[in-house]
Amino acid sequence: MKTVRDILVIDDEPVVRQGVERIGRSEGLSVDPADGGRAGLARLEKHAYRLILCDLMMEDLDGFEFLAEAGRRGNHTPVVMTTGYSTVENAVRSLQLGALDYLAKPFTADELMAMIHRGLNVCALPNGSMALPIPAPPFSQTHRLGRVSWAALEPVGTVLVGIDDQFVRTLQGIQGIELLSVGTGLVQGTACATVVSAAGFSHGVLCPVNGQVIETNAGVTANPATIAKDPYGAGWLYRVLPSNLEYSFRCLAQGLDAPDQQPEQRKGKSS
Amino acid sequence: MIRKTVGRKLTTAVNLTALLIISAFAYVNIRSHDNSLLAEVEQHAIQISQTVKSSTEYDMLHYAPSRIHEIIRLLGQEGSIERIRIMNKAGTITYSSDSGEIGKIVDSSAESCIRCHVVDPPLERLDMQARTRVFRRPNDSSRALGVITPIYNQPSCWTAACHAHPESRTVLGVFDVVMPLAAVDANLRRGRIEIVIFAASAVVALSLIIGVFVRRWVSQPVKQLVAAIQHVADGDLSKTIDESRRDELGMLARSFNHMTRKLSEARLQLVQSDKLASLGRLAAGVAHEINNPLTGVLTYSSLMLKRARTPEEQDDLKVIVRETIRCRDIVKSLLDFARQTVSKKRESDVNELITHAVSVVERQLSLARVVVLKELQPNLPRPVVDANQLEQVLMNLLVNAADAIGGNGGTITLRSSALSLSPVGVVQIKQAVCPKRHNLIDNEVRFGGKPSIRVKARSEGQEGFVHFDPVYGQASHRHGFTFDERRKVQFVCPECSTALMREGLACPRCGSAVLTFEAPPRGFVEICARASCGWQRWEDVDASGNREYVEIQVCDTGCGISAGDLMKIYEPFYSTKGAKGTGLGLAVVWGIIDSHNGSINVESTLGQGTTFTVRIPVTP
Repeated sequence: MKTVRDILVIDDEPVVRQGVERIGRSEGLSVDPADGGRAGLARLEKHAYRLILCDLMMEDLDGFEFLAEAGRRGNHTPVVMTTGYSTVENAVRSLQLGALDYLAKPFTADELMAMIHRGLNVCALPNGSMALPIPAPPFSQTHRLGRVSWAALEPVGTVLVGIDDQFVRTLQGIQGIELLSVGTGLVQGTACATVVSAAGFSHGVLCPVNGQVIETNAGVTANPATIAKDPYGAGWLYRVLPSNLEYSFRCLAQGLDAPDQQPEQRKGKSS
Repeated sequence: MIRKTVGRKLTTAVNLTALLIISAFAYVNIRSHDNSLLAEVEQHAIQISQTVKSSTEYDMLHYAPSRIHEIIRLLGQEGSIERIRIMNKAGTITYSSDSGEIGKIVDSSAESCIRCHVVDPPLERLDMQARTRVFRRPNDSSRALGVITPIYNQPSCWTAACHAHPESRTVLGVFDVVMPLAAVDANLRRGRIEIVIFAASAVVALSLIIGVFVRRWVSQPVKQLVAAIQHVADGDLSKTIDESRRDELGMLARSFNHMTRKLSEARLQLVQSDKLASLGRLAAGVAHEINNPLTGVLTYSSLMLKRARTPEEQDDLKVIVRETIRCRDIVKSLLDFARQTVSKKRESDVNELITHAVSVVERQLSLARVVVLKELQPNLPRPVVDANQLEQVLMNLLVNAADAIGGNGGTITLRSSALSLSPVGVVQIKQAVCPKRHNLIDNEVRFGGKPSIRVKARSEGQEGFVHFDPVYGQASHRHGFTFDERRKVQFVCPECSTALMREGLACPRCGSAVLTFEAPPRGFVEICARASCGWQRWEDVDASGNREYVEIQVCDTGCGISAGDLMKIYEPFYSTKGAKGTGLGLAVVWGIIDSHNGSINVESTLGQGTTFTVRIPVTP
């Protein structure tokens, strides 16, 4: 039986590993560093982890390869991708490959703690929650950005954007939400809302599409619990006039999104 | 080898067609001319036959052969008649204008008999056409026309006193009139020659005319087009062709010019995107390299902030965290810029941005004994801006002001106000091209940091460059040479020397000539050629009316900027601060203001201070 440790941080930059270790330990968490993808995989052989923080650009084995290899070895530990080269494409690809979330460098202690908090909460979810492929969204015309957000095409051509149910469940209660104002441009893969969890952590929600906000859901700002109750219905965040929707959706479809994953079970959970 | 040009083919086809038509026409013409002349002669011969018949009838009935001989002899002397004879049924020539043949017997197969004696018994009736015949005389092979008129038996013949003919006979004999055709033939030959000459000259003239027109309308324009295409193939997109023609080739020329225009625009964009792509690669590299150390700074400082005990420590650490986050945003904006993503512009409170920017540098300023005064107009309209970028602008201007003041202390005044401005004096001409799409923007010579518009001026054999202020309505020209303004001046494109004069328009203010150029994508700008006049017109911009702006002024009581330096302050890497400055501050400011479609102006007096005025349009 492997010993269970809290966090594995994989980064080829010592100062980043040390920073994460300091912050994790200050919160009483056990943190193991690894200076590359291969070292990280070796660590996974010895210990079981509750969360992995993995850099995207490393020399021996990059973040994408690490994610795929860990998955092949049957390891479903939630992975948070970090990178200094934070492009929209990297964010979207990481999420579609099954990462829990994406954290752009540099980050503050609070941002890191929020992410760790959410990652550790995954253990509280039913077994196999992080299994791949990522389940299909419960409704037709709904596209997922990893396990973070969803976008649903409405008949008139507008798109509803909301938070994924898996994201909501890792928050374990929502205290508040801060939305962008009407008219703001949204970029796929960048933060479009800030959710404050019950524990008081602020979490950025990455946007699944490009476009412009034409309506915000006043219901969720007034009563954030709506998001947890009905993330795909009353808990929507934005109505968006999409730009380049086809491209946005193609990025979403490029992942490991399989359309026939246990629809009944998903519906039960999300409602 | 002769090239098979379209013109040549067309000319050949038209010529062949003309040749065919004219030949057919000439042939038909000759035929009908021949026929009508012959018909005339024939008619004449028939008339003569009738005349002979009716004038001898009486003498026949009264049997007066000597009178008949006389009549026939007289008629035979007429020039147009060669021979008249009367033959009886047996073929004996009873009367003839040629007295030598009287009494001779003509064989029934002779040319004058064969018509009827072709069958046995011979025909008794002949229609008019069959009575005439054209034959060649054996002696000189000239042509002659013969007309035979049968003499039919009638009651008066068998009841006459002489009773020479029995009643049973139908035909008693024939008149045979022979007329020479030599004169007619000569006439015909002349006619034919005339027609052939006419036809030949028509064909030649036609091919010449067609050739000339085909050359003018087809060959030359096609040749021009081919030459222009060759230019384009060689990479010269400035080549245009005359598009004044109204036919299909004119249309082709217009399409061609349109195509080269579009191509050169596309090429410009390509160059631009190339630049952006390399900037993107650079930004990506920088981002990756800088973000790792920044992560160290940010994680540790934010961790320290969480643990800080005293409020003073907390405040200091807050500054570190906040400024590191600003670095993060700057690096991110580099990436964003490289990717040309949706910008983070949103409605912002300018006064709030000013207050925040001041708070960041306040401690530094108070150390240098600089007093910051804020004269902020409340309830400003909220322009759509990138708050981080605009704050960057304010920070850079504040730092510059503080540096200008130096260690002896002074005042920086920050003012904000709302204003509505006519586009004159504000809107900048960012693109200018000559009719052949040569770029007139000159990045070397700038007015207040803005690239100028460069044209070539010619006056009385002299030439030189003139630079125009790119701000619409600010008519400060800068001449590279001096010329007498009262003389005629011609402005041309520096590259292709195409005239930039506006034909048919005199300056409404001073009556001088007006020069014009296109400022894509907003139509044409017209400027009075006389520098001291300053009249300008930009219809497209005038039509859009006044715009709302928020104005921010940063005034300092520092050392001021010399006139020479004023020209260069926005240039990257130009610094008056020596090793202390990077020379990028105002270049960044300039870039940010430019991306907001705003304007920045500077006024400075050496030893007294400098004022920067930034204007940001409320709607982008």
